[in-house]
Amino acid sequence: MNLFDVIGPVMTGPSSSHTAGAVRIGNAALDLFGRKPDKAVIRLYNSFSKTGRGHGTDKALIAGLLGFAPDNTRILYALEEAKKSGLTAEVEFAGEEPAYHANTAEVIMYHGDEKMDVLGKSIGGGRIVITRVDGYETEYTGEYHGLMTIHNDVPGVVSQVTGSLAEAGVNIAYMRLYREREGSEVMMIIDTDNHIPMEIKEILNSHPEIKKAAILNQN
Amino acid sequence: MNRSSLEELVKLAERESRFLSDLIKERESLETGLSIAEITQTMGQMYDIMLDNYRQGVESDKRSVSGLTGGEGWRLKNQIKGRPHGGIYAKAAAHAMGISNINASMGRIVAAPTAGSCGIIPGSVITLAMEYGKTREEVVNSLFTAACIGRIIAENASLSGAEGGCQAECGSAAAMAAGAGVELCGGTPRQVSNAVAFALKAVMGLVCDPVAGLVESPCIKRNGFGAVQALLAMDMALAGIDSVIPADEVISAMDEVSRAMPVSMKETAEGGVAAAPTGKRIADYLMNSGAYCHN
Repeated sequence: MNLFDVIGPVMTGPSSSHTAGAVRIGNAALDLFGRKPDKAVIRLYNSFSKTGRGHGTDKALIAGLLGFAPDNTRILYALEEAKKSGLTAEVEFAGEEPAYHANTAEVIMYHGDEKMDVLGKSIGGGRIVITRVDGYETEYTGEYHGLMTIHNDVPGVVSQVTGSLAEAGVNIAYMRLYREREGSEVMMIIDTDNHIPMEIKEILNSHPEIKKAAILNQN
Repeated sequence: MNRSSLEELVKLAERESRFLSDLIKERESLETGLSIAEITQTMGQMYDIMLDNYRQGVESDKRSVSGLTGGEGWRLKNQIKGRPHGGIYAKAAAHAMGISNINASMGRIVAAPTAGSCGIIPGSVITLAMEYGKTREEVVNSLFTAACIGRIIAENASLSGAEGGCQAECGSAAAMAAGAGVELCGGTPRQVSNAVAFALKAVMGLVCDPVAGLVESPCIKRNGFGAVQALLAMDMALAGIDSVIPADEVISAMDEVSRAMPVSMKETAEGGVAAAPTGKRIADYLMNSGAYCHN
């Protein structure tokens, strides 16, 4: 534990789990979607639903989707900021869902025909885990640089992705693949030690077997 | 050396006749690979935000996001202006509540150690610094001592209300502030550890029972009490009073109490004043304003 985890972090109040963590779920969802959504539906569950208004959890998630950091003082004005930047956000206080963690948010993002559905939980101290992306069970924390792909389950895709990372001098820290069944689609999340150059995104997007790709660089 | 023991750190400081904060900075620099200048600068940035909060917190009676609280720090500060009673303790309490008010109205704060307890350390340490004309360097150094005390508590018990109740959150903040205050006022490392023990013992068993689950009631007032408790613990230690139970054992005892504490009293808003009839009524009222849409 770093001393600045004890005196720090700097954050917008009032709650590290219900405000700062909610911003980070929004940030992670935005990174995974890979573009600015023009519409978002946000569903808050359990404690997020019960106490979300008073903690500004709704505003925090919208601020996260706008790319605000957890210490941004404009989080309080996220609704106005969303309007200005053309994001239509709907928030539902969805009540109890026993299958979900106490602090859970579902974020459904739209841009034209594109859509992504992300489920995240805030586990305390501002730390989060994205547990589901478009139906794939995941364990993405948003603490590392990395990338995400959804690709056809055929040989060679993984080696091509890791090959282009190697060429760019990017070291892989963790790597996980999630799939429904053999031969279907696969979601891959790679955590890396280094910042990933944006050129990699072009390479991934032009690959015939890769359907979706996002670069997940952290600040 | 076991870095999770306050006793060992105190003994080392006594042996080498050095400030705790100097040892802590050196060790942090070794562990992180950052220079002492770099970590001192980062702590200085934390201090700058705390200073802003310290000044702004008592400036207005701005309401929280829920509307449940607001202006507690401002009210107390106005009440004690020019009056002899209360003195530095009441000032520290006013500032601690003011900073906590900023947190509840979605302002930018330094979690110290948490957002819910963010008023206690700056409220007490900066009040001391202002009253006794301490330099920026001295205050920033004392924040390293506070951080190290917090880390030792985190490693042997907890800093989170959800795990340990309010004793772990506001209690730890008060212990951190008390230790920092002792160093700031020229006390010995042994006195730092006594102050930590006093502050934690004062609220041993305190539950976390936020009304409607919000970091507001009773949290903001407890930040005020936490600052007073920190300064009183500091004064007792500086007066040469010894803790019967050593600080490390008090921390372990707090951990035992945390484990025995029912879940309903660990931030779930199901016990304590949160479960009082008025607490429940407020929770229902805040919850039933329906979903809203924004276009």
